[in-house]
Amino acid sequence: MKLTRALPLATLAAAVAAACQAQAQTEITVATVNNNDMVIMQSLTEEFETQHPDIELDWVVLEENVLRQRLTTDVATGGGQFDVMTIGTYEVPIWAERGWLTPLDDLPADYAVDDLLQSVRDGLSHGDTLHALPFYGESSMMYYRQDLFDEAGIEIPEQPSWEEVRDWAGQLHDPDNEVAGICLRGKPGWGENMAFVSTLVNTFGGRWFDEAWNPELDSPAWQETIGFYVELLGNYGPPGASSNGFNENLALFSRGNCAMWVDATSAAGKLYDPDESDVADRLGFAPAPVAETPKGSHWLWSWALAIPASSEKQEAAETFITWATSREYVELVGETEGWTSVPPGTRESTYANENYQQAAPFADFVLEAIRDADPTDSTLEPNPYVGVQFVGIPEFQSIGTQVGQTIASALTGDVSVEQALQTAQRATERTMQRAGYLD
Amino acid sequence: MSTAKTKTLAATDGQASVAQPSRTTWLTSARTRRLGLTALGWTIACLIFFPIFWMVLTGFKTESAAIADPSLIFSPTLESYIAVQARADYFKFALNSVVVALGSTLAALALAIPSAYSMAFLPTRRTKGTLLWMLSTKMLPPVGVLVPIYLLFRDVGLLDTRTGLTIVYTLMNLPIVVWMLYTFFKDLPKDILEAGRMDGASTLQEVCFLLLPLTLPGIASTGLLSVILSWNEAFWSLNLTSSKAAPLTAYIASFSSPEGLFWAKLSAASTMAIAPILVFGWLTQKQMVRGLTFGAVK
Repeated sequence: MKLTRALPLATLAAAVAAACQAQAQTEITVATVNNNDMVIMQSLTEEFETQHPDIELDWVVLEENVLRQRLTTDVATGGGQFDVMTIGTYEVPIWAERGWLTPLDDLPADYAVDDLLQSVRDGLSHGDTLHALPFYGESSMMYYRQDLFDEAGIEIPEQPSWEEVRDWAGQLHDPDNEVAGICLRGKPGWGENMAFVSTLVNTFGGRWFDEAWNPELDSPAWQETIGFYVELLGNYGPPGASSNGFNENLALFSRGNCAMWVDATSAAGKLYDPDESDVADRLGFAPAPVAETPKGSHWLWSWALAIPASSEKQEAAETFITWATSREYVELVGETEGWTSVPPGTRESTYANENYQQAAPFADFVLEAIRDADPTDSTLEPNPYVGVQFVGIPEFQSIGTQVGQTIASALTGDVSVEQALQTAQRATERTMQRAGYLD
Repeated sequence: MSTAKTKTLAATDGQASVAQPSRTTWLTSARTRRLGLTALGWTIACLIFFPIFWMVLTGFKTESAAIADPSLIFSPTLESYIAVQARADYFKFALNSVVVALGSTLAALALAIPSAYSMAFLPTRRTKGTLLWMLSTKMLPPVGVLVPIYLLFRDVGLLDTRTGLTIVYTLMNLPIVVWMLYTFFKDLPKDILEAGRMDGASTLQEVCFLLLPLTLPGIASTGLLSVILSWNEAFWSLNLTSSKAAPLTAYIASFSSPEGLFWAKLSAASTMAIAPILVFGWLTQKQMVRGLTFGAVK
């Protein structure tokens, strides 16, 4: 009698215990952007949860600018809303210096830190300690239409120069057939037109600031660069170039409306995919063109996964970020989504992989461009900042966006290049004075 | 005599012949004016509706067709809707939107009805000032108080909760709700309430059995406006929620991308996000118009 009563009770207790155990799962909130590589990561949630049944992933996907503002508010106030944050090489050193990110100095041995590309690793470190793990990395390079170049009998040298690019753009510009000689970023924003313009300024021998943080936007190098950019894009660019960013140019180039395009290496996979691009079989690529100096002629950017110091689930968060940036993850994506879809620019092993090399003939260019980009030495004359296409100080977001707007107005012809640069110089001086860099 | 009569008749005929075309002209000009106004009304309506129409259309295009030169001729596809639903659970976000929009509207009405009653029927020297002060809070850019509210919510554990968002939306809409109700209550003849009071009604009975039934169209349209404002609000929802309490505005924001084409998916997500409130507005437009024009013609 007692046993018959005890049995259901024991069963109930066991069920409750099992339920409690099931609920003891750690739920981590991952904030990320809506890029294709991140969408793939999100789609592999089940894979991760099967491997780590004690961790559950909760996704917050936001537009890049919204995400940046949202994460900054949370990390600066210690809100603790997110356990994993997707941030870039611009934010990592600044946030790490303020103690907002958890240092990743105790990574598991099988993670193979040494396999990470050195330049990307440096970009995500503060005081020699990694503060975020690279999810994918990119540099910039030149894409061109092989068929148009062949027709015109133009051979591209191993390292093209901007002078040559201008001549080719003039030869290939054919507005009647809706083909622009060259497509470049014109949409204002520190991460849009200024990412490209900064590399152009670097290779023309200019810099954002001298060693005492005095802005140099009205210097002869900037005048020459912006004059060249406005003339090139104005004469041989597509209509409405001042509103074209990465996405717009990607669409234009993949529809066959551009003879050349200089932009992120991460576009290569999309342009090479016949489902997404009409020019997949007529695609050529070359290193980013240079002018006075090869220094800083191509950028370095990495989207990385970091753990905010305010997260209460550090251990589970680290398990996730080491999984999503591991060699095994790269292989998993290669096998499930195809090798052109693997997150590029993070690991030496990705580029040593035969499957990847076969699927992505642009792999060596990308690897070389990323290896070669040095954020600590990006200009002809010395500068006080870290970053190729940005200046690694918190004030740069507003400076870059403001300067981007004045350069876009020079591109549309609303103001002259000289006026635009004078306005940009004055605005930058004011911001730097307010921030205490200048007296 | 007969000559004079003839003259008078001729004069009358002459007047009649002049008056006839003038009435026709007047009628024609009235018709033209009416036609002109109708055309103007339709033009404005089409201009307002065009972005919504284009968004709905874009949702049925492929990503490459969405960014290509604008065209009305294309083969419609549901691929964006399928992709959008595969990436995020629409119903989770929609439920949050419904709960927060209705919750904040009910809370705002519950606070605003007594407040508007006292201001409309028992005004003091400071009533006008108070009303203006309440409205002035709407002039503050929300980002100015983001950090204090974020810190407050962090400390009391209201971040990423429906309760937290409901509180913010209630406070956000309260000034408008009070103002609208105040205007509607003000239009009600005081004698009706006084008659109730003479019959021995308490204040609560006065409000519940006289004021509310008589101003119901106004209250309904105020409530509808509050629901629409809460539904469409994006700043606070994006900043104070992350995953659990995120409403449809956060859902839309997740489909914009810095790298890769997204217009068709974003349009599909936006169409799904506005669909419930559009249907709701459609069904209740009679009440809305009645409420908003309530007391306009006496």
